[in-house]
Amino acid sequence: MSQFNHRAIWAIYRFELHRFSRTLLTGLLVPVITTSLYFVVFGGAIGSRMTQIDGVPYAAFIVPGLIMMSMFTESIFNASFGIYMPKFSGTIYELLSAPVSAVETVIAYVGAAATKSLAVGVIILITAHLFVDVQVDNPVAMAGFMILIAISFSLFGFIMGVWAQSFEQLQVIPMLLIMPMTFLGGAFYSIHMLAEPWRTITLFNPIVYLISGFRWTFFGHGDVGIEYSLLFIGVMLMVCLVVIGWIFRTGYRLKK
Amino acid sequence: MASIITVSGLTKTYASGFQALKGVDLEIEEGEIFALLGPNGAGKTTMISIICGNMRASGGSVTVAGHDIVKSYRASRSAIGLVPQELHTDAFERVIDTVRFSRGLFGKPRNDAYVEKVLRDLSLWDKRNNKMLELSGGMKRRVMIAKALSHEPRVLFLDEPTAGVDVELRRDMWKLIGELRATGVTIILTTHYIEEAEEMADRVGVIDKGELILVEEKATLMKKLGRKTLTVSLGEPLHALPAELGEWNLSLNGDGCEIEYVFDTQASRTGVSSLLRRLGDLGIGYKDLNTQQSSLEDIFVSLVHQEKAA
Repeated sequence: MSQFNHRAIWAIYRFELHRFSRTLLTGLLVPVITTSLYFVVFGGAIGSRMTQIDGVPYAAFIVPGLIMMSMFTESIFNASFGIYMPKFSGTIYELLSAPVSAVETVIAYVGAAATKSLAVGVIILITAHLFVDVQVDNPVAMAGFMILIAISFSLFGFIMGVWAQSFEQLQVIPMLLIMPMTFLGGAFYSIHMLAEPWRTITLFNPIVYLISGFRWTFFGHGDVGIEYSLLFIGVMLMVCLVVIGWIFRTGYRLKK
Repeated sequence: MASIITVSGLTKTYASGFQALKGVDLEIEEGEIFALLGPNGAGKTTMISIICGNMRASGGSVTVAGHDIVKSYRASRSAIGLVPQELHTDAFERVIDTVRFSRGLFGKPRNDAYVEKVLRDLSLWDKRNNKMLELSGGMKRRVMIAKALSHEPRVLFLDEPTAGVDVELRRDMWKLIGELRATGVTIILTTHYIEEAEEMADRVGVIDKGELILVEEKATLMKKLGRKTLTVSLGEPLHALPAELGEWNLSLNGDGCEIEYVFDTQASRTGVSSLLRRLGDLGIGYKDLNTQQSSLEDIFVSLVHQEKAA
């Protein structure tokens, strides 16, 4: 008996979605409300005093950044919580004693987190449409980009969840690293608006490439070339996969 | 009988340098109830965790139903159901969902009839729609057993099934384990309640400081190491044991009202009848006789004690 345990993937996936469904109302309302608030503040109050950025009205310009920002945090939070909770409550004994491989475990947890994250991304896009007329230049590329981002940040979140040994550690990377990097990564402005040397410094922030790439799928142009954006997502995916491979090979913080 | 689990030369050294297992060899036969006895920290849980996949061994090997636990982990783990010592449950899940989840996790197709049977056998059917957090400790333990049985394992590990459980629930648990055994499942339980091993086990293994000191049929063990104590309640109290009784190993207890004689039940001459004759000859009257078999607990204490002395 060495065949792929697809039933285990399905069982974990369903378990995770069921966990999300218990907080469905807040899970869906929060992104709708935050998006609305951003539009009231940035789109309405500030945006009306701003000129267009690269030929795009400011309110529309921030839509891709908003979606990315929420998807980063949702992916990391859901995936890290998904694997951290069994460690915390002790129920991980069952996963470790089950005929489930590392690949199956990752597909299930990361798949569930990415699903939730994608759902949030779509909800924000729909909410944004209520406030502003957003054109999507390349819907297929946009969907593909969202899926790649959801998967790579969920992989990253999975690593965080394995690494974390307390609820505080679970929060520290998303709050202290990802949040600031997203804000400084051009979620609400174009990096061309920055003066030197800040513009050059910003180019060391990987988030810039991700947001720029996503914006490209909307408006056909971004802060950096789309090829660099894809390269960065590819690198992030590879690094996460290598780290996860190492986690399961060594049993790091999962098995003594 | 064929062995279902073979443990050979199993060692485990923690990162701290603590050696939890020092080369354990053990064969578990299919269909038996095997009790692994030992004081806290002896290595019982470490051994179970390695066999079930929750921990990595430092050395040695284990096969379950003929499958190596590392190379063929899918096959070996599929044969095992594990009920850990602590009550780890998903508080917000319903009983029936959590049992179905376990079955899926072990790669088995959904089977409502089987899940219903397991829940009914464990008297959980009425609670199937309750959330885990609504259940008492005893009921949670039952759900954990149901989860472990959900994928139809051949071997069931029960790590301290009655730790912190009141006397009545413990009786229930013993009855339940007896019923499970009747279904053909091999049961390995760890306990530090000797009473439990004595009540249920076919064979007993004693582990102490990471070493398996002894593995024996329970009955043989009791017989081999079994001693009986004869208590003679005297009609009149004695101030001291008369010199004429010196050839027996006696002690005078209960303010001189009782004579205690410890004898080996396996000896060809136990010395009981000659002692009673001598008492008669000396004119020492007695009103009652009582013999008592030493329990596994006594055996266990003397074993661990010997080990320390050695």
